[in-house]
Order: sequence, then structure tokens, then C-alpha cells
Amino acid sequence: MSKAIIELRDVTRRFGGLVAVDGVSFSVEPGEIFAFLGPNGAGKSTTIKMMTTLLRPTSGRLLLDGHDVERAQDAARKAFGIVFQDSSVDNELTAYENMELHAVLYGMSGRKMRERINELLELVHLEGRSKSYVKTFSGGMIRRLEIARGLLHQPKILFLDEPTLGLDTQTRTMLWDYVKKLRHDQGMTVFLTTHYIEEAEDVADRIAVIDHGRIVAMGSTSELTRQTKTGSLEAAYLALTGKAIRDEEADATDKFRARVRSRRR
Amino acid sequence: MRVVYVLWLRQMKRYARSKSRVLGAIGQPLLFLLALGYGLGAVFERAGEGNYLQFLVPGIIAQTILFSAVFWGIQIIWDKQFGFLKETLVAPVPRIKIMIGGALGGATIAAFQGLLVLVISVALGFRPHNWALVPAAIALAAVLALALACFGSGVASMVNDFQGFQAINQFLIFPLYFLSGAIYPLAGIPTVLRLISQINPLSYAIDALRTLLTGTGHFVFGVDLLALGLTVLVTVVFGLVTFRRIQA
Repeated sequence: MSKAIIELRDVTRRFGGLVAVDGVSFSVEPGEIFAFLGPNGAGKSTTIKMMTTLLRPTSGRLLLDGHDVERAQDAARKAFGIVFQDSSVDNELTAYENMELHAVLYGMSGRKMRERINELLELVHLEGRSKSYVKTFSGGMIRRLEIARGLLHQPKILFLDEPTLGLDTQTRTMLWDYVKKLRHDQGMTVFLTTHYIEEAEDVADRIAVIDHGRIVAMGSTSELTRQTKTGSLEAAYLALTGKAIRDEEADATDKFRARVRSRRR
Repeated sequence: MRVVYVLWLRQMKRYARSKSRVLGAIGQPLLFLLALGYGLGAVFERAGEGNYLQFLVPGIIAQTILFSAVFWGIQIIWDKQFGFLKETLVAPVPRIKIMIGGALGGATIAAFQGLLVLVISVALGFRPHNWALVPAAIALAAVLALALACFGSGVASMVNDFQGFQAINQFLIFPLYFLSGAIYPLAGIPTVLRLISQINPLSYAIDALRTLLTGTGHFVFGVDLLALGLTVLVTVVFGLVTFRRIQA
């Protein structure tokens, strides 16, 4: 167990009376592609926020590459790169400037930094657009830039929170090809969430299903289908979480975004 | 230091690339200068208070700084809504540096816009009583800008949407401005107004600015500086404490 690169021990998070995450424990081995599935409001986002130091757990411990996210926060933060669900680049800056800002935040500098930025922009095929403002980019280009940025400081873990949401099929295929290549070439550990079950089935070594704040099942696709006596991961997932549609309370941010989106249409 | 610098630089780049922001921030004070300065000037002089433009300019400079700094707060909410803030919050950097880098950027922009208004005012006929004191006035304006940027950042850290920020704007920023002696002399005003202006930190900053630029003030200059120093201290702490509490 000590060689796990991600480890959660009995992690709980309460919001007032609501228990969003309830005693969750699991670990991910180095080089694994691990998918985290669950319906809306199941505790997925809350867990990811705690793993990435955006939210403190009410109780329990989280370790990234052996570093406690609360007690050794900076070491834990250096251990991972993340692609957030929503775009988190600065649209008023160029692609290169976004990369440079990230590099400085992670303590990089000089020629090495510039070389690494160009290398990663090439990896995601944006080298020709490095001087363009991000506001001129398509959704898929922004996502590629964010992946390049997340990898800039050579993290051991890459978090992908719904990375393919709103992307076209070509970009999605390309994205998963990158992810597989990264694991193959560099032994990168990838922790992802997605609502597209077939994507998880395609790329993930192991899958954890969370519902009502608890892990309800964990294992490879074949283990989960065997356990639920179903024929596919999607059927296994529905058998585990039920068919009821969940209503999630939208917070102020979601409401605001929905408004902005509807205005843009 | 490099972290603070790049975050400051980000604000400078964003500002330099947004021409509408530069114009918008100058338009409002210009309107105040023209409408109030020329509109009320005759009445002001008839009341024996001297040249109104001379009196008004320090108040309008402070207004420019106040509203620019508030605009900077909106930027934080924007970053919160559209995700950029998360990128900085998961970075292995103390939050203090993130907040200070941004606030210094916001303050630089606010002070620069205040300076622009001063230049425009001189073109309109405003004359500092002693040119040698103008650098001191600019320095004082920069300090005020930092205090207000920290304040704007603190308020923005506490609210999550523009509506909430607007409400604070209406109930806090406008009263602060109108009850500060920016546009009318504090001598001889009704007791209630006088008491409010005496607890309004902006009154002292404007009074200090007016003393440096026109040679006449309402409070003792030392008291002005003391009040401004205290304001900076409180707002910086407020900005830091609230920013540290942000959970995404």
C-alpha cells in the first residue's frame, strides 16, 4: 500500500448538515489510469476538490505521492497537474503567456522553461498559435492548451475533470490518445472523471463508482460487470447507481454561468 | 517575488489590451469634472468659496481611484466565475502572494487613471498651488489606490456573483464617495453629515490629497496621514484574510 501514488483514508466532507463525501477510502497505483464515476451530486466534484487542495476535508487524510494535501500542501500541489471541468485559462493572454504564467507559479525559469513550453505546445499541436490570444481559440484548442499547461511542471499525477465535455469526436479521440501515450511513455498516473461511461471503459484500468458520498464499487471493467452480472460497464454502472435522475442544487456560480451561456446564444 | 511580479504583469497586460476600459474609466470622472465643475462653479464662487474646479479636482481624482479599484474587485469575481482563479489556487504558491500580486496590479491601474485625470484637469485649467508637491500627491494617491484595491479584493472574495457585488457597490461605495467631502466642503454642513464624514476614511485621504494639491484642507494634515495609514493597514489585512478563506 505504501507505493500508492494517490491515497485517500476515510475522507469525509460535510457542508453544514449535508454529508457530501462519507468516509471514502481508495488508492491509485503509479502509472494507473483511474476513472471516477458517479451521478450528479454523488460527491465526485467534492472529492476532486479535496484531492487538489481547493477544499479542506472535514476529516480523514489525503496523500498525493506520499505528501499530505493539508500538511505538505506545496509538495502535494507540485505532484499533480489538472485540467478543470471549466476553462481556467486567461482569454486576454496569449497561449504562450498562459504557459509562462503557469511555469512561474511552479517555480520554473530561464531557457529551460522556454524550451519546455515550446515542447509542450508542440505536443498538443499549438506551436503555430503560441502568440495568439486564447480568446480566439475553439473549445478543443483551449482544452489542448490546458493539458499542455497541466503537464508543464512534470507532475506525476494528471487530474482530468470531465475533460471531454462539449468537445467534438475528433478532439475527444485525440485527447484520449494523448492520455494513453503519456501513461505509456512517462508512466503518468491519470485520475479522471467523466459522464461518458464508454470513455472510462475504453481508457481506464480501474474504475471507482461513487454514490451518495460513498464508494459503491471499485475494480476493472470486467470485475464490475462480473460483480453486477451485467454485460457492459454502462449496464454495471446503472445497476450500481439506479436509474433515478438526480437533481443537484446549483450554486451561484452554476446559475451565473447558465445565464451567461444563454445570453451568448 | 517573481510570482508577485508575473501576477502584477498579467493585470498590466490585460489593462493595456483593453482600450474600452481606459476610456470608460476616464469618461465618468471627465463628466463629473465638466458637469459639476462648470455647472456648480458659479454658485460656489458666489457663496464665497473660491474656484470650484480647484476644490473639485482632488475629489474627482480620488473618485477615479475608488471606482477603478472597485472595478479591480470585479476582475476577481470574473476570475472566480471563469476559472482562472482555480489555476492560481492549486499552484504551490502562498495565497498571500497571489492576492498581493493582483492587488498591486489593480492599484497601479487605479493610480495611473488618477494621474490621467490630474493631467486632464490641468488641461482644463486646474493649477496645483505648488508643483513641487505634486510627486507627493501622486505617492499619496498610489497608497490610497493600494488600500482600495485590497478592499475591493476583500469584498469580491466574500461574494460569488456580480449581483452581490453590485449591491455592495450601491450601499457602500456610493455613500463612501458622496459623504466624503469629495464634491463639497465639509465646513458648515449639517451635524449628521459631518459625523458621517468624520468616520469615513475616504474623507481623510481626499483631504490629504487636497492639501497637497491646493494648499487648503479641512482636517489637520497629520491626522489625514494617520487615518490613511490606518486605512491601508485594515484593508490589507481584510483583503488577505478574506482571500485566504476562498474555497472553490
